[in-house]
Amino acid sequence: MGKWKTFYLIPYGLWLLLFVIAPVALIVYQSFVDVNGGFTLSNYQNFFGISAYLKMTFNSVVYACLITLVTLLISYPTAYFLSQMKHKQLWLMLIILPTWINILLKAYAFIGIFSGDGTVNHFLEFIGIGRQQILFTDLSFILVAAYIELPFMILPIFNALEEINPSLLSASRDLGASTFQTFRRVVFPLTLNGVKSGVQIVFIPALSLFMLTRLIGGNRVITLGTAVEENFLVTQNWGMGSTIGVVLIVAMALMMLLTGEKKKEGGHVQ
Amino acid sequence: MKRLNVLLSGVVVICILLYLTGARLERTEGHSGSRTLTIYNWGDYIDPALVKKFEKQTGYQVMLETFDSNEAMYTKVQQGGTAYDLTVPSDYMVEKMAKSHLLIPLDHAKLKGLNHIDSRFMHLSFDPKNKYSIPYFWGTLGIIYNDKFVNGKDVQHWNDLWSPRFKNSMMLVDSVRDIMGLALFSEGKSANTTRSNEVQAAYNKLTKLSPNVKAIIADEIKMYMVKEESPIAVTWSGEAAEMLDGNEHLHYVIPSEGSNIWFDNLVIPKTAKNIKGAYAFINFMMRPENAAQNAEYVGYATPNRTAMALLPKSIKNDRQFYPSDQTIAHLEVYNTLPSKYLNLYNDLFLQFKMH
Repeated sequence: MGKWKTFYLIPYGLWLLLFVIAPVALIVYQSFVDVNGGFTLSNYQNFFGISAYLKMTFNSVVYACLITLVTLLISYPTAYFLSQMKHKQLWLMLIILPTWINILLKAYAFIGIFSGDGTVNHFLEFIGIGRQQILFTDLSFILVAAYIELPFMILPIFNALEEINPSLLSASRDLGASTFQTFRRVVFPLTLNGVKSGVQIVFIPALSLFMLTRLIGGNRVITLGTAVEENFLVTQNWGMGSTIGVVLIVAMALMMLLTGEKKKEGGHVQ
Repeated sequence: MKRLNVLLSGVVVICILLYLTGARLERTEGHSGSRTLTIYNWGDYIDPALVKKFEKQTGYQVMLETFDSNEAMYTKVQQGGTAYDLTVPSDYMVEKMAKSHLLIPLDHAKLKGLNHIDSRFMHLSFDPKNKYSIPYFWGTLGIIYNDKFVNGKDVQHWNDLWSPRFKNSMMLVDSVRDIMGLALFSEGKSANTTRSNEVQAAYNKLTKLSPNVKAIIADEIKMYMVKEESPIAVTWSGEAAEMLDGNEHLHYVIPSEGSNIWFDNLVIPKTAKNIKGAYAFINFMMRPENAAQNAEYVGYATPNRTAMALLPKSIKNDRQFYPSDQTIAHLEVYNTLPSKYLNLYNDLFLQFKMH
């Protein structure tokens, strides 16, 4: 059987090598190459030296935080009520359903909803507020991004809630805790790991969103993702694009470290 | 285990079958035959009736493939997977492809009808002796406005865009050279300037435009302008022509003080297998009646002077797309900038977007 075990490892090993290690190595290598193909540190100097890039990094982090926060604020109550419902699996299914639709299609749908002649503005006109510029604002960008990330936050929290042993809740009540106290002292701490993995899954992609910054944000919102796209496709400065990629990878690693689990009980999450 | 094996081998067999069918289909399409001509063109950039006519006259079979950006086309030609016999890069890309040795020099003795091409559009900076390229269509950068919301008199010049009355009411095309260019043109400077202080001044001026800018996007501008999401946009004449078809309130203006003029050009890339056919096609497209028919279909401006005379009055007298000689004299082609300056333009444009 030992021989078979190594045999089964081959596809996984190859996959890891070809699609994880090799691309990351290439990105790191590219980030040290200048436009003419020589070795250079100037990409990093530019990144940390030009205020525009630092400002962009700062902006991206702020937007990513806001998106994560909004997503969390919507997701936690949703997951909580979901776990109390009768037909949980059905409701869960309905929440997962939108992830089957291509993100571009969803973005275009939002353009229709938010545009000057769109549904939201019709409603605002109807209730007497009048037309507002919604598309191409920070608000619309954060809302749409949060909408798209929503299922990825709800699922881990829902799983964590599901795994709480009901007898713990009974015990808490028997010992005289109010519903709120039970939630604060028992339920929330036990779901913390679900929240953490939700935050991890949402924060990193939010840092490098680029399609939405253009379609919904009208490029008035610039994130690191936009800069990567621009450097690779438009200016063809692959070195700089890769440098930003490396920064994003490092940011991701930091994020994992900060929110990482310390192998404790409960809150097991896929 | 047995079921797993059956399943796996089933998947493998299906994959092989699909691959073989695909390969077969490709062969019957005949990518490499000497009687086929493979043209790599922008989407919807030639009248299909002309392709039919060409096939009938010459007996070549034409394969049309399309691309949507110069960069994508460049990458595919460079990789050389497909035997493209003709392609249609824009001006700066001609220069870049020539420098990368991706183009075959044209033998002018084999070209018939070069005399029809307007001499103003020959020997331009990106290909001084037309060694590699023949202009196919040309166009400009300009302002498009909706007469329901904006008085045409208020948007005749670049500087008009800075007017406070246009707060949050314009869309800009997401293109470094064009937007930095707009600021430079408004100051009466060249859009190819390599004087750092002029570029910096243009950036400073652009940041003041920021409150008026709703969005900096690309193809979507067409949709938004037609749907009247924005009263003003800055984009290329080709895009404008399509928008004008979609909404009768839209108008296109080329600021007379100066703007960009761009060219899409026929070239024979290194991947060409059927060079004779490529020449036949270039000559076919230079024939005035064909060039005129194509211009009428596509809606862009033809560089073929004889063909222009054949166009209906409503088209050739349309100052929006065939501007006056005086305006044309102020138009400028973008040169490829030295990479140092290109980076400066790019960085400043990125900063402008973040402003």
